[in-house]
Parts: sequence; C-alpha cells; structure tokens
Amino acid sequence: MKRLRLIFLTPAAALLAGLFVAPLAILAVYTVLTRGAYGGVSAPFTVENWMRLADPLYLAIVWRSFVVAGVSTAICVVLGFPLALFIARSGARKNLYLALVMLPFWTSFLVRTYAWMFLLRDTGLINTMLLAMGVISEPLPLLYNWGAVIVGLVYGYLPFLVLPLFATLERMDPALVEASADLGAGPWQTVWRVILPLSAPGLRAGAILVFIPCLGAYLTPDLLGGGKTILIGTLIQNQFTSARDWPFGSAVALGLMGLVMVLLWLHARRGGEPLV
Amino acid sequence: MKRVLAVSAAMLFAFLHLPLVVLAVFSFNSSRLAVWEGFSLRWYAAALRDGQLGEASANSLVIALVATAAATAVGTLCAYGLWKRDSRAIGVSLSLSLVTPEIVMGISLLALFQWVFRFLGVQLGLHTVILAHVSFCLALVVIVVLARLRTMDATLEEAAMDLGASPWQAFRRVTLPSLMPGIVSAALLAFTISFDDYVITSMVAGVDSETLPMVLYAIARRGANPVVNAISTVIVFGLGLLIIVSERLRKA
Repeated sequence: MKRLRLIFLTPAAALLAGLFVAPLAILAVYTVLTRGAYGGVSAPFTVENWMRLADPLYLAIVWRSFVVAGVSTAICVVLGFPLALFIARSGARKNLYLALVMLPFWTSFLVRTYAWMFLLRDTGLINTMLLAMGVISEPLPLLYNWGAVIVGLVYGYLPFLVLPLFATLERMDPALVEASADLGAGPWQTVWRVILPLSAPGLRAGAILVFIPCLGAYLTPDLLGGGKTILIGTLIQNQFTSARDWPFGSAVALGLMGLVMVLLWLHARRGGEPLV
Repeated sequence: MKRVLAVSAAMLFAFLHLPLVVLAVFSFNSSRLAVWEGFSLRWYAAALRDGQLGEASANSLVIALVATAAATAVGTLCAYGLWKRDSRAIGVSLSLSLVTPEIVMGISLLALFQWVFRFLGVQLGLHTVILAHVSFCLALVVIVVLARLRTMDATLEEAAMDLGASPWQAFRRVTLPSLMPGIVSAALLAFTISFDDYVITSMVAGVDSETLPMVLYAIARRGANPVVNAISTVIVFGLGLLIIVSERLRKA
C-alpha cells in the first residue's frame, strides 16, 4: 500500500517541484544577482534589487495597485451581496442562477476583457450610440483610464465573491431570520443587523479571493488601461521584456508573492475557512 | 425588499452577460463600425481565410489537448493518493500555485526555461508552453477530482480487497470507474483554462508557438477589428458548451 501511494503521488510531486517550486527558487536567486547586458543575469551578488523596492517611484506603484484592488474589491462586495442573497433565497432555481454567474467566468477571460474594449472605445458601441442619439458631440474617453480598468476587474472577478458568500448564506439557519422578524425587525433591519454580520466569513473569503488576483492583475490594466496605468503586474512584465532587468523584476515578483502569502496567512489566523 | 433584490439581481445578470451578447450580435454585423447595417458572415469568412489565425488555433488545440491529458492523468493519481492519506507539502504547494499571480508564474517559468536551456541548448517553443500549462492546470484537476472522491464510499474498496483484489485492482476496477464523471469534468475545465490562457503563455512561447489568445491580444491592442468579435463568439460558445457539460458531469 505504501509503495502504491508513492506511485500515485510521485508524478504530481515531481511536477510541482520542477515547474512550480524550482522556478520560484530560481527567481529568488536572481533577486541577488546583477542584470545581464541583454536580459538574463550575471555576477556579482548584490542586495540592490531589494533596496530599489523602497524607491518612492515603485512604492507609488505598489500603493496604486492596493488602491485599485481595494476599490474593485469594495465594488464587488456591494454588487455581490445582493446577488448572493437573491440566489440563496431563490429555492429550486438556485443551481440555474449559480450557473449563470459561473458561465461567463469560465468561458474566456481574454474575450470578456475584449468585450469591454468593444463597448468602451472611442468608436465603440456606447460612444457610437450616444453620438447617434445626439447626447454627445465628441466621443467620451471611456477606455484607457482607471475607471475602465476597475470595471474590467469587477467584471472579471465578481463570481469569486458571489460563490463563497452564497455558500455562507445558504448554510445560515433560517430560524435566525424568522426570530429577527418575530422580534419586530423589518426586512432591511434583518439584513443589516442579522444576515450581514453572520455572512462575514463568506464575505471575507470572497474579498480575499477577489483582492489577490486584482493586486497581481496584468491583462486587464494592459488592455483596458492602455499601458498608461502601471500596476505591480505591469511593472514585473516590463522588467522581463522591454526593461530587461530580470533581477529587479524577480524582486518585485517575489515581493508580490510575499504580499499574497501574508494576506492568506492573516485570513487563516483569523480563523477563516481555507480558500482552496 | 424582495422586489429590490430581484431587480438588482436582474441588473447584475445583465452586467455579467450583456457585454458578451452584444459582442456576439455585432460579430454578424456587415459594417466594420459599431453601427448595425445588416446580417453578414463576412467576419467569420475573413477569420477562416486568415492563415495566421488558423495556425494559432491549431497550436492552441494541440497545447490544450496534450496539457489536459497530462494534467488530468497526474492530477487524478495525485487526488487519489491525497484521498488515501493527506500530504501537507503537496497540499500547500497546490494551494499556493492556485493563488500565485499569473504574471509571477509566467516569468518564473521563463526564468527556469532560460536557465535549463543554457545547459541543454533547447529553445522556447510548443514544448515549453505545454509544460507551463500542465503546471497551472494540475491544481484545478486535483481539486475537482478530490471533491468527487470525498463524496464516495471508502468501504467499497475495502470490500473489494476483502474479496481478494489487490490495492491496485481495487483502484483500477472499483474506484476509477465511478470516478470517471469527475475526471472528465476536471479535464474539460483544464482544457478551457489552457485554451484561454494568455499571460503565462506569452512569457514562455517561442517564435513558432503563437497561440490563438496571443494573436487575438495583438489584434485587439491594434484597435477595433470585427474579426476578433467573430473569433471571440466562437470561443465563448465552444468553451461555454464544454463548461456546461463539465458542470453536468460534476453534479451527476
């Protein structure tokens, strides 16, 4: 039996070691090396790449990423709560509604981001319609700004918030809601004073699941922000392509990884349910 | 209260689905602009004639098929091993690989490949893309298959072994057949995320291994092009179908 277990787990362990742990370990080594002339790395050892992270220029990018991820997460919470509550109370149609939330999520992230480009660009659907109706005379600058990036992130990750929140709401004892009504609370008071506090674990798990990909987002800021909106993800990508500074890019990447792990650790320490 | 919830839910469903519906509708527009001029399949015809798109689609299919097969095989074995007895190291690595930002995974794999290839003299290409895809599909397969295993009755295997089956036979003849729907469901999910990936792929692809998302991305950045609408519509419907089948199997 022991030998069989070894056979079952060895391929996955080898894959994870070779294609997940080893790459991160190589990045860790890169962070203390000097950049090579044409990309890549060379000797001597240095701690300068880590020191550069404290440069106000880069700290500003980190701060901006936190703000964008935070705003996107907050909007997801505001939108996701009524949606999850609606689905949890919809009885037999529950699975259909859940599928409607998940279906666009699984199909294609790239296509869904492109769909917003089609809607928002100067010659896009919204501007064309408004121009035709005579509401505006010049196209509105809807694409290539922070607003577009946040819309894209909310659109992309809203399902991550709805799912854990729905699971929490569904497990909630309906007797508590009835008790609240019996004791004279109106429906809004019940939502605000009973349901919302009780759904905190689901909200927290959902918020972290949205915040983490938003913090490291690369595709959305690049396509909807038009390269004018530099976030951590863009910064890392730039270092490995145009800037050809792999050691610094590695330091930023591992710094981001560290932030993600701190968030998960805080979540676990506060008694949160495991996310995965 | 009930009305407010229903109305806001309806608006949110519209928010989630309308952009894709609009995209699909305008892929049949005969005009190049976002003004409806009449029904036409010209953008689909243009997509079919495009040699670069054809080659990229073929690449994407090959990559997704091979990566899915490998990730499903390894992931299923791993899920079964974990079901028998948990392994903290593997569990933690799998969870971490799920939350690692795509861009970090992409550059770390690029760093690994460059480092290995310095000693072996191999170039980036389809093989590196496939390895990267196996890596990020693995955790998903394990999670889906493990969820299925946890709903199953462990005593069936014991019964099989009491009746003389070896542990391998118990796995092969008892557990694996009833696990099949979960495995197929996991494979379909792995196929979709592999077929759709841009960020990681673009970091580890070589000159001869451009995928469909990479070509779409390049066209989309250049500006409006209805051909992208047409291909996007095909992708959404194709992958959507796979997801619906996958969900059905997972709940079966």
